[in-house]
Amino acid sequence: MANIISDETIEYVGILAKLELSDEQKEQAKKDMGRMLDYIDKLGELDTEGVEPMSHVFPVQNVFREDVITNSDTREELLVNAPEEKDGMFMVPRTFE
Amino acid sequence: MAKEYETVIGLEVHVELATKTKIFCGCSTAFGAAPNTQTCPVCTGMPGSLPVLNKQVLEYAIAVGLATNCDITRYSKFDRKNYFYPDNPQNYQISQLYLPICRNGGVEIETEDGGKKVVGIHEIHMEEDAGKLIHDEWEDCSLVDYNRSGVPLIEIVSEPDMRSAEEVIAYLEKLRLIIQYLGASDCKLQEGSMRADVNLSVREVGAAEFGTRTEMKNLNSFKAIARAIEGERERQIDLIEAGKVVVQETRRWDDAKGESYPMRSKEDAQDYRYFPDPDLVPIVVSDEMLEKIKANQPEFRTEKMARYKEEYDIPDYDIDIITNSKHMADLFEATVAICNQPKKVSNWLMGETMRLMKEKEVDVEDLHFSPENLAKLIALVDSKAINSSVAKEVFEVMFEEDVDPEKYVEEKGLKTVNDEGALRKTIEEVIANNPQSVEDYRNGKEKAIGFLVGQTMKAMKGKADPGMINQILKELL
Repeated sequence: MANIISDETIEYVGILAKLELSDEQKEQAKKDMGRMLDYIDKLGELDTEGVEPMSHVFPVQNVFREDVITNSDTREELLVNAPEEKDGMFMVPRTFE
Repeated sequence: MAKEYETVIGLEVHVELATKTKIFCGCSTAFGAAPNTQTCPVCTGMPGSLPVLNKQVLEYAIAVGLATNCDITRYSKFDRKNYFYPDNPQNYQISQLYLPICRNGGVEIETEDGGKKVVGIHEIHMEEDAGKLIHDEWEDCSLVDYNRSGVPLIEIVSEPDMRSAEEVIAYLEKLRLIIQYLGASDCKLQEGSMRADVNLSVREVGAAEFGTRTEMKNLNSFKAIARAIEGERERQIDLIEAGKVVVQETRRWDDAKGESYPMRSKEDAQDYRYFPDPDLVPIVVSDEMLEKIKANQPEFRTEKMARYKEEYDIPDYDIDIITNSKHMADLFEATVAICNQPKKVSNWLMGETMRLMKEKEVDVEDLHFSPENLAKLIALVDSKAINSSVAKEVFEVMFEEDVDPEKYVEEKGLKTVNDEGALRKTIEEVIANNPQSVEDYRNGKEKAIGFLVGQTMKAMKGKADPGMINQILKELL
């Protein structure tokens, strides 16, 4: 494996992804990420001179909708998914900036 | 000798677009609805739901770009900005990083010394707004309302071209005017339909490199922006003078306390791991689309000023003030369309309207009396049904509540008394009760008549025509 993932990197990626990993899982994740980066490096060997960067896998563009209201109040259905609710809103742990 | 510092400021301005529906779904964007009643699987991030771009959002974004001298990106696309926060149900915000719709523009502003300067626009991109978090003290939790989630925004990113709070405000006013003229947004800072984040750094005058910048959020009035700029400039200079370093961070301005504090801790590193959104297809702006938007651009301020000069007999000063707000200009034109008296309409706007706006601290965008009612008021004065001081009184009520002046005058019995007999009788009484003034007038003191007019007006409770009083008085004396 050419790409070695450091402990710091896997720690940082864990924070970004909001994942708590055990030591064992961290070791496994380091290996997995290293292999993924090796694969990307392999792709990097290709000569892409003059090839347009791809923005989308389908050759489709300009899919628009008109500015017309089509949705109505479906709050009850929405709140079925809420772990807890209050006053028609999702109740979540106290979050502030 | 104390070192001299220069402030370097760039702005990120978010503007909520005036579309009927959200950027990627057919939910209403109307303000003030009950929580979560304007939501659907798309704007609440349900798995399997697919976003489709609202064409009006693209057209507004391009229109703003053209009006701010930007290059329109012919091949544009959306990217995902990943972060975790409860107001963001998808765990990513759909935005544009790599190919924003507009780039390399700028607007001209007037500087304090009366000169002109161009503030560059780095880019304008389209993105979706987040939901709203309400903090519930009782339960010690946060409540989430997704009505705002998916409301269309454009973010206008300036170059770091501004050097003072005055320049920042001139730039914001210019942007606001352009966008309001386009009808793309009402741009109300207080209500959050226009939000400005201030990126600020300081450096010694003459230094080639920029200092470390901070980003200031939560600025919802021009005054707060000016205070925050002053406060942050001083904070950074104090740090540098004390031999400390400015940390690159996002800070929240507390306008009540007049200070700012850091918003995000290190654990919440700002690493958004952007990548192209596979749910949205690229946008290709054709010549035809661009030409159509160009052809539909409205009359902007300079053109409007020239037309007013041509069409209406009002002073340049009035034209300058009226056209400085799209709302005021619309009000003016609509009233003139009804009563065809540009000079009188202008006088009401320049005089009483401005006076009451100042006295009651009302923003021009919040003026809400109707053109119909202003036209009616002008007609009431013209027909001498009410005199000018009663008209001012009625206007003040119109300014607050947009009452129908005809009905109001009728209900309150404010009509001028045209019964000459009654007026003559009152004047006779006034003459009898004020022998000194009568004496003075007869001895050649012209001014004494003013007092007698005033006394008559008072006795008539203001409901008389001063011209008529004058005439009868002179006749009787």
